[in-house]
Amino acid sequence: MGLASYLVFFACVVLVLCILTMGLNLQWGFTGLFNAGVAGFYAIGGYTHAILTAAPSPQLMGNYGLPWLVGIIAAMLVTAVAALVVGLITIRLRGDYLAIATFGIGIMIQLVSLNLESWTGGSQGITRIPKPLSTWFEGSLAYNLFYLVFMVVVVVLVYWALERILSSPWGRVLRAIREDEMAASSLGKSPLSYRLQSFVLGSTLMGLAGALYVTFIGFVSPFDFLPILTFQVWAMLIVGGSGNNRGAMLGALVVWSIWAASGVAVSKWVPPSHAAQGAAIQVILIGLTLVLMLLFKPRGLLGERAVVSRHLVY
Amino acid sequence: MSELCVQRPCGGQQVLEVQELVAGYVRGLPIVQGAKLRVDRGELVTIIGPNGAGKSTLMKAIAGLVPFESGQVLLRGGSVLGRAPDQIMQAGVGYVPQTGNVFATLTIHENLRIGGYCLGAELAQRLEQAYAMFPALASKRREKARTLSGGQRQMLAIARALMTEPSVLMLDEPSAGLAPMMVQEVFERLRQLTREGVSVLMVEQNAKGALQFSDRAYILVEGRNHLDGPARDLIDDPVVAAAFLGTSRRQVHP
Amino acid sequence: MIVQAIVDGIFTGAIVSLGAIGLSLTLQIMRFANFAHAEFMTIGAYLALAAVGLMGPGAPSLGLSFGWQLLVAACLAASLAGVLSWGLDLVVFRPLRRSGAAPLVLVFAAFGAALVLRHVLVLIWGHDSYFYTRELQLGVMIVPGVRVLPDQVFILALAIFLVTLLHLYLTHHRTGIAMRAMAESPSLSQVCGIEVDRVMKTTWIISGFMAAMAGVFSGLTPQLHPELGSNMLLSIFAAAIFGGVGSLPGAVLGGLLVGIAENLFLLVADPGYKPAMPFLLLLGVLWLRPQGILGEKTS
Repeated sequence: MGLASYLVFFACVVLVLCILTMGLNLQWGFTGLFNAGVAGFYAIGGYTHAILTAAPSPQLMGNYGLPWLVGIIAAMLVTAVAALVVGLITIRLRGDYLAIATFGIGIMIQLVSLNLESWTGGSQGITRIPKPLSTWFEGSLAYNLFYLVFMVVVVVLVYWALERILSSPWGRVLRAIREDEMAASSLGKSPLSYRLQSFVLGSTLMGLAGALYVTFIGFVSPFDFLPILTFQVWAMLIVGGSGNNRGAMLGALVVWSIWAASGVAVSKWVPPSHAAQGAAIQVILIGLTLVLMLLFKPRGLLGERAVVSRHLVY
Repeated sequence: MSELCVQRPCGGQQVLEVQELVAGYVRGLPIVQGAKLRVDRGELVTIIGPNGAGKSTLMKAIAGLVPFESGQVLLRGGSVLGRAPDQIMQAGVGYVPQTGNVFATLTIHENLRIGGYCLGAELAQRLEQAYAMFPALASKRREKARTLSGGQRQMLAIARALMTEPSVLMLDEPSAGLAPMMVQEVFERLRQLTREGVSVLMVEQNAKGALQFSDRAYILVEGRNHLDGPARDLIDDPVVAAAFLGTSRRQVHP
Repeated sequence: MIVQAIVDGIFTGAIVSLGAIGLSLTLQIMRFANFAHAEFMTIGAYLALAAVGLMGPGAPSLGLSFGWQLLVAACLAASLAGVLSWGLDLVVFRPLRRSGAAPLVLVFAAFGAALVLRHVLVLIWGHDSYFYTRELQLGVMIVPGVRVLPDQVFILALAIFLVTLLHLYLTHHRTGIAMRAMAESPSLSQVCGIEVDRVMKTTWIISGFMAAMAGVFSGLTPQLHPELGSNMLLSIFAAAIFGGVGSLPGAVLGGLLVGIAENLFLLVADPGYKPAMPFLLLLGVLWLRPQGILGEKTS
């Protein structure tokens, strides 16, 4: 790929990850919920969109070829419902039990995407997902530039919407719950209900990101949603600074840049026969970044506060 | 003099002294606001006062479990303020908290072994002494502590704290949750310990009962000393009796 | 069929139990979910592989597929894994605890550490399959319709031996009792003068050792791969929580039940969905009885 094409592609992916990270930020940074199944909700959004909009295929049950916008909205709705179900089951759980449960859910979703072949295409995935307005542009670079601009608009909208929500009365209650749960509940606000709403909203954003991603790539496969992705998104949040949406976006950029740059370096210097080891180096790099960040700069690059208030009662 | 006292350093009358202690969980918001007290060798001293006066917090601060801001705590003349809880314990302070004062999932024998965790060769001997002092525990030594009744649990907690032969034994509301007959027995035991040279400091909500067994008492109100003196004088004082020893709780104005 | 599944389940369960014991201990004493625990199973397996590479697996004896050299290799590997486990605490978890990090931060760090550890193994050994020995085993029919491999029986016996040893340690040795005391109440333990760091060190070493042993012997059938431990993560969490966190008999019982449940599940379900069973058990126990079957309700 030419440099320009590569950069445009890279930027689009980063913007998708920004939305994903902001969704997680709402759950963790503002509500203190440890969602270790991020990749799962991302996948639900991606697959729902794919199943609804992809061109029909003889092996697959779905692929209804519906309009792009329908796919996006459906992806968000389905993810929201899934998050509601997951939330109802897990929201009462203590912090690290919530982590285990959501981790397991992420794995389950991945299992379903691999095994429910008649719908998801198994390890082959689903192809021929239509890109919106693709007929208006000549060539992939031109289209990708359009998509880049489109993504910037979406990200700005999401950022703006989140900031509005967080400064609204609802957001103030959320903040109050984070600061001092007992005081908030004595005022008649049910912390569990607010946490559930935050969880669902954050997950909905993840579903949106999933749908936008598969649109851009044009196909979906289970290998786009591995647990390592959950880990990368967490790294983005930690690096950028949780509790802060600008931090979330910066973190997405920084971490993905490290990932991409190390990928390029690895493909240049590591012979193809050792591809597995090359990939391992990338993961080790991200893992070390995360652990070092936690040890030395726990507030992240732009973080305003240390990780969640100690008053949160489990 | 009993053998226990011979083993304990008996130089000086004063075992524990607290001077102008300011302490609390949150810096800048002290609960204990300049309390002072003194426990002499072989004395049973009680701290009473209304709810929220800071009695438990005072005791926890002495034990090193609550941060202090200023003041002094002297154990046999040496300062223990600011030391870690396990160091204070090793210096000779035994502490029995109000709740969670025994290991429910461990057997009685194991509880005592943990009480004597720092002991070397003396462990076996101290275990035998503990069982001699509390025969009820000896017969149940292999059973888990959670099978004990409230009174037996209190006995175990005291026995556990005594394993290291502390100079002063501190108890936070030892009578809490116990039947009246059990309460009698606990106080009698503590009195007996003082005859053997152990100094006892206790915080009590059951003021009337505690005072009858005590040598001296301090009344703590809003983190400060309000009144103190020989227990008998306090019991006989009608004002004190009405304000602190009656069955109704009344607002106290220091 | 069902009896075979149950018997197989007991053998799988023995391995899950060994993995769950260490997790249960750290979950109760350190009070955080150590996602890196499963990686010590993999580490143990690969370290033993390295040791066997030096010594050779030994001629098979007693009908087992390996000789005494594998046992020695396992002990060496497990001891080293125990030390590494403690090392991980020293380098990552302890500094975080000291700086007052929230418990969930430790969980992230554990996630990160797990990934790094696993991929370091990939870096060294790659994704190829490795075997301790190429000996094939024939199942022995003990009861009509039920086949058992001698290796499986050995693993079960070893697991029983290790668990008994640990039980004796926890009930008779000073540090073992202190571990149980700390598991119940860290604050009361402190007041009794227990050196918290020393007890934690012992806990990490024992956890790592047990996990590594589980890893070595799960690598016996049929092969080693870098996901050996992480594939069992949900199972060992389910076993530890199901049995009751902090309870040694609980971890053992939990492990056996998870092993049996998994094997029974395979009779009716697609093997692709294998991890679903322990996950459902986990959700079930978290929903209905979070303290587990044999656990104590902690405040």
